[in-house]
Amino acid sequence: MTDAILTEIPAKGPAKGEALRRLPLVLAALLAVSALSLFGGLRYGLLLAVGIGFGIILEGLRFGFAGPWRRMIRERDPGGVLAQLLAIALVALAAFPLIASHPGELAGAAAPIGYAMVGGAFVFGMAMQVLLGCGSGTLVNAGTGNPVSLLALPFFAIGSFFGAYATVWWTGLGALPVIVLSGTSGLILTLIGLALLGGVFLLLAAPGTRRIPARMVWAALALAALAIANLVISGQPWGIVYGLGLWVAQIAVSSGGSLAGSAYWSMPGNAEQVTQSLLTDITSLTSIGMIGGAFLVAAWRKNGFAQKIPHLPARAWASVIVFGFLLGYSSRLSFGCNVGAFFSGVSTGSLHGWVWFIAAFAGAFVGVRLRPLLGLEARA
Amino acid sequence: MTRRFTANLCMAALAALILFDQTTRPLNPYRAPAALALGSGQAVTAGFCAALPK
Repeated sequence: MTDAILTEIPAKGPAKGEALRRLPLVLAALLAVSALSLFGGLRYGLLLAVGIGFGIILEGLRFGFAGPWRRMIRERDPGGVLAQLLAIALVALAAFPLIASHPGELAGAAAPIGYAMVGGAFVFGMAMQVLLGCGSGTLVNAGTGNPVSLLALPFFAIGSFFGAYATVWWTGLGALPVIVLSGTSGLILTLIGLALLGGVFLLLAAPGTRRIPARMVWAALALAALAIANLVISGQPWGIVYGLGLWVAQIAVSSGGSLAGSAYWSMPGNAEQVTQSLLTDITSLTSIGMIGGAFLVAAWRKNGFAQKIPHLPARAWASVIVFGFLLGYSSRLSFGCNVGAFFSGVSTGSLHGWVWFIAAFAGAFVGVRLRPLLGLEARA
Repeated sequence: MTRRFTANLCMAALAALILFDQTTRPLNPYRAPAALALGSGQAVTAGFCAALPK
């Protein structure tokens, strides 16, 4: 009995300490969502909560885009990529009928296929492998204290601003009209396309890897639910890079700069948004939430911040700046990143999402080979 | 140095960005849109990655 008591006391001690350490994290998240709902509006509070949810799922269940693509290329392990396709299919099942039945209130991620779009997607795929962080990955990794992503993030935002600044010129080099699959036939075509793509990955897979890990199935289900919530609450699909460029645009204007030279930033909707709080911008809110959600998960874990900052050569840090900028710039030419173009484009029927994936995956092959040459990992 | 420093640096930068935003562009609860876009009867006009000026 005495032994039992003696062993029980130390076991309870740390558990109580952990609870006390974690409670302020939960309270801070609830307070942020409540304050924004009260002072900005319930829609904005809900979107911040959705963003926090994205961050918690992506970091908590270690679901990503860059890592699974890398594993498919290097190890022919398709588990993570198949989970991405599953999540996209689940969103499409809800998004197609919702957009069809509520035209105007809800919109998809529709964009044209063009030379700059394809080139931009290729560069994005390359950059995301060099940095091992895509649009969502860079935000989530920065929130957990990954120094590469933290340094890349401001340059990602600056690149997004300049990419948007010039996107009209780039698109003018040649683009098709916007092509969107819609209605029941569009949904069936999309699901068939996703199944075929999954089949190709399964054919290419190494023996013993032809499955989606249970953790990633749960993550795909949760991400799909959050992406559908994002669409229902905001009226548009999950996106990232617009908000990052907007942050820089707001800082530029507040510092006395003018955006009159940009057709994109002079567009009435964008010019109006530059004058409004970033806490009223949909993609900014979910991006801020993702960073916060990832921080929350890392702080929740017992040794979530224990990893030491790596000693990388100077050329590696210089590469992070250059490829961080390219990540942002290219994502605007290609009408979105892995989230806005691929995940949301395909799940809402935009043909550009499919072309984006092919071009970005081709670029990822180059990025995987570039990464060790730039000093970002030990060379094989 | 561990990731505790860089994670806290990230959150401090985010807090500074929001503080800057609120000192230059304060929120106005009287301009709040409907809680949900679905069923609001309002057309979606917000900025998005895929949107191209017409």
